[in-house]
Amino acid sequence: MSGPVEIAFTVNGEAKTVRAVAMARLLDVLREDLGLTGTKEGCGEGECGACSVFVDGTLVNSCLIPALQAVGTSIETIEGLAKGDALHPVQEAFIAAGGAQCGICTPGMILAAVSYLRDGGDAKEASIREALAGNLCRCTGYMKIVESVARAAAAIAREERTS
Amino acid sequence: MMRCRPFRYHAPRTVAEAAKILRGEGPDAMVLAGGTDVIPNLKRKQFAPRTLVALRRIGELRTASDDGLTLGAATTLDAIARHAALPEAHRAARIAASKVATPQIRNRGTIGGNLCLDTRCTYYDQSAEWRQAIDFCKKAPGPHGTAIETPVEQGICWVAPGSPRCWAVSSTDAAPALIALGAEVTLVSADGERTIPLTDLYADDGMAFLTKKRDELLTAVRLPAAVEGWRSTYWKLRRRGAFDFPILGVGAALKLDAGGTVEAARVVLGAVASRPLPVDTSGLVGGPLSDEAIDAFAAKAAGPAKPLDNTDFTLHWRKRVVRAWVAGALRELRGDDSEEASLLSRSAARIPEPLSV
Ligand SMILES: Cc1cc2nc3c(=O)[nH]c(=O)nc-3n(C[C@H](O)[C@H](O)[C@H](O)COP(=O)(O)OP(=O)(O)OC[C@H]3O[C@@H](n4cnc5c(N)ncnc54)[C@H](O)[C@@H]3O)c2cc1C
Ligand code: SF4
Ligand code: FES
Ligand code: FES
Repeated sequence: MSGPVEIAFTVNGEAKTVRAVAMARLLDVLREDLGLTGTKEGCGEGECGACSVFVDGTLVNSCLIPALQAVGTSIETIEGLAKGDALHPVQEAFIAAGGAQCGICTPGMILAAVSYLRDGGDAKEASIREALAGNLCRCTGYMKIVESVARAAAAIAREERTS
Repeated sequence: MMRCRPFRYHAPRTVAEAAKILRGEGPDAMVLAGGTDVIPNLKRKQFAPRTLVALRRIGELRTASDDGLTLGAATTLDAIARHAALPEAHRAARIAASKVATPQIRNRGTIGGNLCLDTRCTYYDQSAEWRQAIDFCKKAPGPHGTAIETPVEQGICWVAPGSPRCWAVSSTDAAPALIALGAEVTLVSADGERTIPLTDLYADDGMAFLTKKRDELLTAVRLPAAVEGWRSTYWKLRRRGAFDFPILGVGAALKLDAGGTVEAARVVLGAVASRPLPVDTSGLVGGPLSDEAIDAFAAKAAGPAKPLDNTDFTLHWRKRVVRAWVAGALRELRGDDSEEASLLSRSAARIPEPLSV
C-alpha cells in the first residue's frame, strides 16, 4: 500500500476526510493535512509526549499511530479544548501559575492533565506527577506544571461543589 | 511520516481470519497490536515487513474470562494495571503493567505485544544511518534490517564480536512477572491452537527469542486459579521513574504456609539475558524466609545473570545489583521491605550509584 488512502474520522467534533500516504502517522495528518499544529513532534518515538492527543477518549502518542488506524475514530486535540473564547480550567491554570515557557511540551502536558482530571484525579502532587510521567519538559523544571494542574484540580472541585 | 518501506495493511475482524492472512503472507507479514514497539522499530528500519496485520478490530482478543484470569492478548497494559478482578496473589501482573513506559504507551500497548517485544541492544535500537555508520550488526544486517530472514552467520555482533549469536536483551516487564505467577499462553495458527507455559515461549537468543512460529498469533494469557497462600511482586530497576525499559526486573511469587515456611517459589529475572531467566528456587523451599535464606538465595540467583555492555549502566554494577534486588523483592514478600524503601537505602550507600553514563 503506497498510494494515498482515504481517512475519514472526527476531529474536535467535526467530521473530516483526508487523503494521506499510507505511511503517514496520525501526527502528520493532524499537523500537515488539517493544519492543527498545536500537536507537536518532539521525538517521534514515544519518548516525550509532545504529540499527545485523545483517540476515542484515551490519551495516546499520535506519533506512534499509523493514520490508517485513525479511520472511524474520534480525535480530540489541544485546539478542541476551549469552548469558544472560554479556556478550559487547565489552560487557565497554566496561564495563572506560569506552567508554560517555550510551549513545546504544553499542549501534550495540558491534555495529559485533562486526561488525569477526567479520570477523577485530585490535587495530590504524587498522583499528578504519575499522570504527567509520559510528558517531558525541558524548560520549567516541572514545579509550575504540577502547580498548574493542582490549581486546575482545585478549581474543578470548587465548581463541582457549587453546581 | 514513517520513512519505511511501503506495506500492505490488513485489519481482520476474527482470530481465524488473522491466522489465515498470516499463513498466506508468509514470513514478511508482521502483527501490529498497539504498535508502540513496532512503529518506532519500523521508523528505525530495524525490519521491513511487506504486510502488517492489525489486531485492533478483533474484539475476541480484548475480552477477559468471567473469573478474570484469562486475558485477551490485545488487553491494554493500562487495563491490566487497573484490573481489579485479578486476585491479590497475582498483584505482580498489575505492578509490572503499571511500570511499563508511560501512561500514553500503557493506554495503547497490549499485553501480547509486551510478551512478544523485540529484544533490545544499544547497537540495534538506533537509526539506520547510525547503524550503517559503524556497519550493520547481525540482528539487522541490511539497510532495511532484514533480521527476520537473514542467516545468523551474516554480520558482526558489536557487543561480543567473536560470538556466533546475538545477545540483545529481553526487555519485557510483563514476562518475568507473569512467568513467576505460572502463566500460560495460547497460540493460534491456521493449523489450530496450543497452550504452553509462558516460559516456553522464550529462547535465549537475541534474534530467535520467541519459540512461536511466525504465523502463530498469541491470543490469550491464562493465570492459575489456585492462589491460596501465594503472594507476588515485581521489582523494576531503571534510570528514570518513567519511560525507561528495565535494566533489571525481578518477578517473584511465593507460597507460604501458616508457619511462614516456603512451600513453593518462582523467581524470574528480566533484562539480564536474551530471555526472561527463571531462577532455581529449590534452596528456598522447605525453610523459613530468614535473612540468611534470602541472602544465600539472592547470591546464587545473581550467578546466571549475565548482563552485557549493551544497555544502560555499567555491566558490573548491573550484575551486582541483581543480588540486592532479588533479596529486596523476597523481603517485601516476607512483609518488611519495599522497592521505594530500597531505592532510598541505595542512595544511602548500600549499593553505590555507578559513575557510568
Ligand atoms: C518510549 C517507550 C518506552 C517503553 N518502555 C517499556 C518498558 O518500560 N517496558 C516494556 O516492557 N516495554 C516498554 N516499551 C515497549 C512497548 O511499548 C511495550 O512493550 C508494549 O506493551 C508493546 O505492546 P504493543 O501492543 O504496542 O506491541 P506492538 O508494537 O504492536 O508489537 C510488539 C511485537 O509483538 C508482536 N505482537 C504483538 N501482538 C502479538 C500477538 N497477539 N501475537 C503475536 N505477535 C504479536 C508484534 O508483531 C511485534 O513484534 C516502551 C516503548 C516505548 C516507545
Ligand atoms: S547483541 Fe550484537 S548482534 Fe545482537 S543487536 Fe546487539 S550488536 Fe547486534
Ligand atoms: S513526538 Fe510522540 S512522544 Fe515524542
Ligand atoms: S515549556 Fe519548554 S519544553 Fe516545557
